[in-house]
Amino acid sequence: MRTTLPARRVRKAAVAVPAALGLLALTGCGAADMTKQASPYAAAQGTRSVTLSTQSWVGAQANVAVAKYLLEHELGYRVDTVQVDEVPAWDALSQGRVDALLEDWGHPEQQQRYVEDKKTIVSGGGLGVTGHIGWFVPTYFAKQHPDVTDWKNLDKYAAQLRSGESGGKGQLLDGSPSYVTNDTALVKNLKLDYKVVFAGSEAAQITQIKQFAKEKKPFLTYWYSPQWLFTKVPMTEVKLPPHKEGCDADPDKVACAYPHTPLEKFLNAGFARKGGDAAAFLKKFRWTTEQQNEVALMIADQKLSPDEAAEKWVKANKPTWQSWLP
Amino acid sequence: MTAAVTAPSSLRDSGARVFRRTVPLTLGALALLAVLGALLIGGGSWPAALSVDLSEPLSSVSDWIIDNRDSHPLFLYFFGHISNAVTLSVRGVYLLLLAAGWAGVTAAAGLIAWRVAGVRLAVTAAAAFAVCGLLGMWVPTMQTLALMIVAVAASVLLGALLGLAAGLSDRTFRALRPVLDTMQVLPAFAYLLPVVLVFGIGVPAAVLATVVYAAPPMARLTALGLRDADPGVLEASASLGATRRQRLLSARVPLARKELLLGVNQSIMMALSMAVIASVIGAGGLGDRVYQALASVDVGAALAAGIPIVLLAVVFDRTAAAAGDDDTGPVALPSRLGWALALAGTLLVAVAGRLAGRQEWPQSWYVAIAEPVNRAVDWMTAHLYSGVPVIGGTADWAAGFTAWVLDPLRDGLQALPWWAMLLLVGALALLIGTWRTALTAVLAMAAIGVLGVWNDSLDTLAQVLAAVAVTLVLGFAVAVAAARSARVERVLRPVLDVFQTMPQFVYLIPVVALFGVGRAPAVAAAVVYALPAVVRITTQGLRGVDPVAMESARSLGATGWQQLRQVQLPLARPALLLAVNQGVVLVLAVVIIGGLVGGGALGYQVVFGLAQGDLATGLVAGAAIVCLGLMLDRVTQPARKEA
Repeated sequence: MRTTLPARRVRKAAVAVPAALGLLALTGCGAADMTKQASPYAAAQGTRSVTLSTQSWVGAQANVAVAKYLLEHELGYRVDTVQVDEVPAWDALSQGRVDALLEDWGHPEQQQRYVEDKKTIVSGGGLGVTGHIGWFVPTYFAKQHPDVTDWKNLDKYAAQLRSGESGGKGQLLDGSPSYVTNDTALVKNLKLDYKVVFAGSEAAQITQIKQFAKEKKPFLTYWYSPQWLFTKVPMTEVKLPPHKEGCDADPDKVACAYPHTPLEKFLNAGFARKGGDAAAFLKKFRWTTEQQNEVALMIADQKLSPDEAAEKWVKANKPTWQSWLP
Repeated sequence: MTAAVTAPSSLRDSGARVFRRTVPLTLGALALLAVLGALLIGGGSWPAALSVDLSEPLSSVSDWIIDNRDSHPLFLYFFGHISNAVTLSVRGVYLLLLAAGWAGVTAAAGLIAWRVAGVRLAVTAAAAFAVCGLLGMWVPTMQTLALMIVAVAASVLLGALLGLAAGLSDRTFRALRPVLDTMQVLPAFAYLLPVVLVFGIGVPAAVLATVVYAAPPMARLTALGLRDADPGVLEASASLGATRRQRLLSARVPLARKELLLGVNQSIMMALSMAVIASVIGAGGLGDRVYQALASVDVGAALAAGIPIVLLAVVFDRTAAAAGDDDTGPVALPSRLGWALALAGTLLVAVAGRLAGRQEWPQSWYVAIAEPVNRAVDWMTAHLYSGVPVIGGTADWAAGFTAWVLDPLRDGLQALPWWAMLLLVGALALLIGTWRTALTAVLAMAAIGVLGVWNDSLDTLAQVLAAVAVTLVLGFAVAVAAARSARVERVLRPVLDVFQTMPQFVYLIPVVALFGVGRAPAVAAAVVYALPAVVRITTQGLRGVDPVAMESARSLGATGWQQLRQVQLPLARPALLLAVNQGVVLVLAVVIIGGLVGGGALGYQVVFGLAQGDLATGLVAGAAIVCLGLMLDRVTQPARKEA
């Protein structure tokens, strides 16, 4: 009978699939790249491997690339990286999905929850880089109109900074929704004739900035340093009302500039205790803004892979990283 | 919407004609009503009194999950085990793939394709895997493959079980159908957040999100296949004394073989299309490469990781399709011997590769495509962006499109009184479908108001409508050309394949470089994504027109244009409506992803919710997207044939 054959095949498949899955479940005890992030419910593993969280901006990729290279080549660890946004990264860190977060721009709410209350995350010390967020105009525009660099004069230029998305107002270009930003509140509280247009991702924002710069068009954008794009598109900061301690406590009432934030590292609490050499190394990892930028530029501008860029930097800067080793 | 309403006339039965004549009347009356109402009652946005603020309860849910995730038994004994099982299976498959080495995997792919579909596809499959290696993407490809194998196996299993239940019991079928219908229109981006909240970033979350996305088509097709079984055959097997179980296994399941295989095929394609989206929540593999390349605005690198996804999709699709056709399989060897040979061949190659110490793809065999691609993209955007003589640059188009199409459409929709909007939706759905679809559409639209995201949803809706209009105009034009000439269709096929399976993230950046940040690039990306499906369905519809009708039109001296307008288009009406329906659903999915390039509105809120772990914003926007999808689907869903 012709019809019985497929039936048997289907039945066989029905048995074979779960059986195969069960088998595979049994065999999966060795080490494997992608799936090393064991579920948080599993017992901590004794293997010498580290998972680092990398964020979408290139500076963070540079930290991770160099740390990864040194961990692998100097300390003999296997390193996995996961790309996660900032807030979910805190989450993943607390669950032990990632062991370390190398560059945090200040998340007081998460810090309170995970470091102070739940004690699942501990600080790993400073990264050595100071971050600063601000509003920027291209330097070619600032040279033509020197007064644009004070926020009080911004309204004068709103007409020139209009776009299809800003609805008759000037456009303030913001980037990824994952980044720390008070811009909507700032525009409102400073009563500026601007609209915040969210590019939705840093990639889209950079592409747009580069396109503007190619045409020498004026623009106003949320941006931050250290950032490699400054060397490609020189930008000048617009002065906002000076930052005072606590002036950004209420997110709806912010009317002052962003602070200069010493960027910090955070480690999973369990990893910090039991992570051995890797944890000790990551705590000591500390470099300067220029050094980070050097690697970031290799990745973003020369299009080296992060691993290649790290290798190049590590080969040339032995004295710097020698002191990080435990 | 518009295209669906003006769909070709000359329906034969008079009822439909009366119905059609009432269309302009109804629409006119509605418009009048809306204007009058706006003047008298004052219209505009959904009244605040009728909406529910969910942010408070949702935040507390989110807090509860975060606080209890590490300790509550529900997580420890249920979700924890699911997560573990997924991790272990993926790890197992991954290790197996790595152990086989590149030679073994390539040989296995070729031999399986040979057994299922013949020599030609075997060569294609082996070549596809070799290209993955050449692009320097071997390890990420294996990671994605491992994740896909587990996700597809789980989807097929789950889908088949659900489909079995629905296929055998009418009550289950009725209960399950609305759920499956909803899943069908659900953009994947909308439900990543809840999955992440429960399972955390990582592979388990990615696999589960993929399963949720890929299982419904399997379930739906299984149920349909089982329900459509020829009653005569069932009767015969019953009269031979077969038990219920025997009847199921020896008659119903084999009879539904075609649908089952189509279901598997659909599951695979859906799962692959999730490969990149899931990388946002830590899937790793190829998707992660695309996502990371996006961060450094490196289109070439994104493409290098995107091509393997396209190749995997094409190979899987063709293999599964061949398995569905009975006659294409090679019959030269008895089946068992053939499989044994295939297995032996794979083992042989894997062991040989191992002995030669060549398990990893050799670095010297890499072909770097990233740089030339980037240069090409740079050149293109530099020359097209602005200042092109006569036609203006793409940036000018984008500005014009935003100012003259998107803005008026959005403002118009938002100015419309909310109740007029509901009426309009209901009337349109009623014209095209049944009162049932109309009711669902109106309820879905009302739900958006209740969720309190009325204005943002209309903004998204405006983008969807504009994108659908562009897609349909382009799609129908291309399809008419393809239906006329077999050569055009042959040339078009691989192009359509590529654009249908290429991850959207790959072309988001070139689109921004061409159209700037904003709603215009979101619309452009959506058009690119939805166009292939529309072209395909329309071409098939036009091709399927009875040749006799065409011949008689020709013999009556109709010109080519007349034939098209008066014979082909009317006869292909069902296919055209299906194309509109598919176009709408696909466009919506990408307009949401457009939140990543400045599309704003609901898409941005979903992205924001994911990035900030903000369940209140993300989930409400996700729910609104679901409602919007449901509404659009129902409005464009032609009435099903009454049996």
